[in-house]
Amino acid sequence: MNYTFQYGVVWKNLGELFDGAILTFQLGAVSFAGGALIGLFCAALIAYGPFILRLPVHVYVVAVTNTPALIQIYFLYYGLPEFGIRWSSEACLLIGLILNAGAYLTLIMRAGFLSVRRTELEAGQVLGLSIVQQVRYIVVPHIAKSIYPAMANFFIVILVMGTSIGSLIGVDELTGQAINLSSVNYRWLEYFTVVALMYVVLTFIASVGLALLGRWAFRVKARIF
Amino acid sequence: MDRLIEQIPRFFTASNVMMLAEAAYMTLAITVVGCLIGFGLALVLVYLRQTPGLWALPLRLVCVTYVEFFRRIPFLVIVYLVLFFIQALTPNASLFSIAVIAICLYAIAYTADIIRGGLESVPQTQVEAARAMNLSRFQTTFMIVLPQAWPVIVPPSIAFAVSFIKDTALVSQIGVFELTFRGKELNNQGYSGVLVFGTIALCYFILSFPLTLLGQHLEKRLATPRGQRHSRKLRRP
Amino acid sequence: MLHLGVNDIRASYGALEVLRGISMSVKKGEISALVGPSGSGKSTVLRALVGLTPITGGNIEIAGQTIDYRSARSVRAARDTMAIVFQQYNLFQNMTVMGNVTFAPIKIKRRPVAEVEAQAKKLLDLVGLGDKHGAYPDQLSGGQQQRVAIARALALEPKILLLDEVTSALDPELVTEVLDTIRRLAGEGMTMILVSHEMAFVREVANQVVFMDRGEIIESGTPREIFDNPKTDRAQDFFSKILRH
Ligand SMILES: Nc1ncnc2c1ncn2[C@@H]1O[C@H](COP(=O)(O)OP(=O)(O)OP(=O)(O)O)[C@@H](O)[C@H]1O
Ligand SMILES: [Mg+2]
Repeated sequence: MNYTFQYGVVWKNLGELFDGAILTFQLGAVSFAGGALIGLFCAALIAYGPFILRLPVHVYVVAVTNTPALIQIYFLYYGLPEFGIRWSSEACLLIGLILNAGAYLTLIMRAGFLSVRRTELEAGQVLGLSIVQQVRYIVVPHIAKSIYPAMANFFIVILVMGTSIGSLIGVDELTGQAINLSSVNYRWLEYFTVVALMYVVLTFIASVGLALLGRWAFRVKARIF
Repeated sequence: MDRLIEQIPRFFTASNVMMLAEAAYMTLAITVVGCLIGFGLALVLVYLRQTPGLWALPLRLVCVTYVEFFRRIPFLVIVYLVLFFIQALTPNASLFSIAVIAICLYAIAYTADIIRGGLESVPQTQVEAARAMNLSRFQTTFMIVLPQAWPVIVPPSIAFAVSFIKDTALVSQIGVFELTFRGKELNNQGYSGVLVFGTIALCYFILSFPLTLLGQHLEKRLATPRGQRHSRKLRRP
Repeated sequence: MLHLGVNDIRASYGALEVLRGISMSVKKGEISALVGPSGSGKSTVLRALVGLTPITGGNIEIAGQTIDYRSARSVRAARDTMAIVFQQYNLFQNMTVMGNVTFAPIKIKRRPVAEVEAQAKKLLDLVGLGDKHGAYPDQLSGGQQQRVAIARALALEPKILLLDEVTSALDPELVTEVLDTIRRLAGEGMTMILVSHEMAFVREVANQVVFMDRGEIIESGTPREIFDNPKTDRAQDFFSKILRH
């Protein structure tokens, strides 16, 4: 292999990569938050809703989790204009990721709802707690504890896997910036090794933050490694 | 909308359907080959990671770092890295092999954690019994522990294989003739995006959904201990 | 002739020292019994012998040879001489009864398959499980698993057999059978160390009784000495409680 690495150009454009990293983080956070709302709603419907409403939720979850996020986003980006709906790249990416995350988070949260055993609620009644107190002190902590690790893990997935898809429809997040910059001077390997490291650092910070948050808010021991 | 309906007969020609079938086969082939090799290498990685002793510390560190790094890098970035790295090494490597290597590197990181979890779920007493009978660490891991770990390893591994089917969509970017690549090609030829990507999504669904069901079925089946699984057979005279 | 010597061994789990200087010697063809309250370290002694719990002091010798537990070869040789039957049986869950008994002789000792299987059949008949060859451990009762574990240990043809509470999960009929087996093995010159809570059994078969408490040997001697005239208060206390049942 007679390839000489030249990291000089990468250092010069490090600022733009940082901008990309910040956009990546924002996209990830918004997608996750939106997905979590959908997930909460759909999981509650599956757990407690009537059959007529459960069915469309099941169809949504099965359809989304069995097709690639990339195709879902292409569908929005290349397909919707045929109906006169023209969204920007960012909007397509965000809406696609929110819908995608919503389906996966529905599965995670449903497991949480199902994990609340009747006996625990009965124990609450024995202690003489009101419904609100039961939800506040028994149901929510229990669900949070059982799903927090999976949620935290999924945040990393959407932060890394999800947002990088944006580069394929022209969103300048971290991977997109790498593609843009390296197609100017062909230092592909240099840019992509640096970007890979930036992803590792970014997600590592996110993992540590989530672990601390989980410990502080829900007394969950989420693993960093 | 009118354009869409008008295009349908033109879109589903024998040659287009053939092409999509081949593309689906390509998607499946990349996934299966990549995952199988990745799984095998993940076994090796986990085994190395469990090497006891102080001298093996750097080895363990390398294994841990590998898993941590590759789980934190987008698959797309891995695909690009493999592409440019391999091309720098051997300029005429096939795109298929590059895609397989990328899936492999990625699969190792994910399945290594599943395998480790599975091995650790087997009670330590099994290992002790084996060691007391003079089985080597290799024999203990692969003849005693691993066979008992399958119920814990297989269902999530299938779930990951399913997710790899979907992730291979990203190798369209380097020009492998799989489903997503063909979809973009057809879209560029002027076919409706809704029609094309709807069809492609359906193709992925057909590949992925049966495997998802299989994974769920196995998870339920393997969760019951063997004693209960066979009980009906045993009671019969 | 001295067959097995345990000299002042110590072992710890973390900060807790569970063996605090244990010494005993077991002559060839003799049966030594370890007795004592739960948690006194009886299982740990057996585990230390086969190198599953590391010793932090003292040494163990077999036929005059000190075992070096840091040397893989020395541990291998020690494990070739001894076979242990665990308190919790620890049968391989992924193998049938037959598989459990024949696995090590075939794969590790590389003996001919046919010979090992014939021997395994005999051993399983001996422990009363001739009809369970194809069953998996999780399809057997505790007592049945216990007997498979004994057969598995015997198939290794050890010089010294370590038995950890092997009669605790058996019903009285089977106790007699296992007892007969052990007695016959003693007759064949097998050296044994057994841990038991069944004092009548110990009194009958053991040549030497070692009474342990909190990681130490309080008293040792012949069954007659220990059971009928315990010298220490702790032993007296323990036996008066246990023999009352
Ligand atoms: N894996 C372990 N980790 C920590 N402590 C342990 C472990 N195994 C045993 N111990 C402790 O070591 C001490 C001795 O245990 P051991 O199993 O040798 O007792 P024992 O005499 O065999 O008791 P029993 O009659 O109940 O089988 C106990 O205090 C026990 O709590
Ligand atoms: Mg014990």
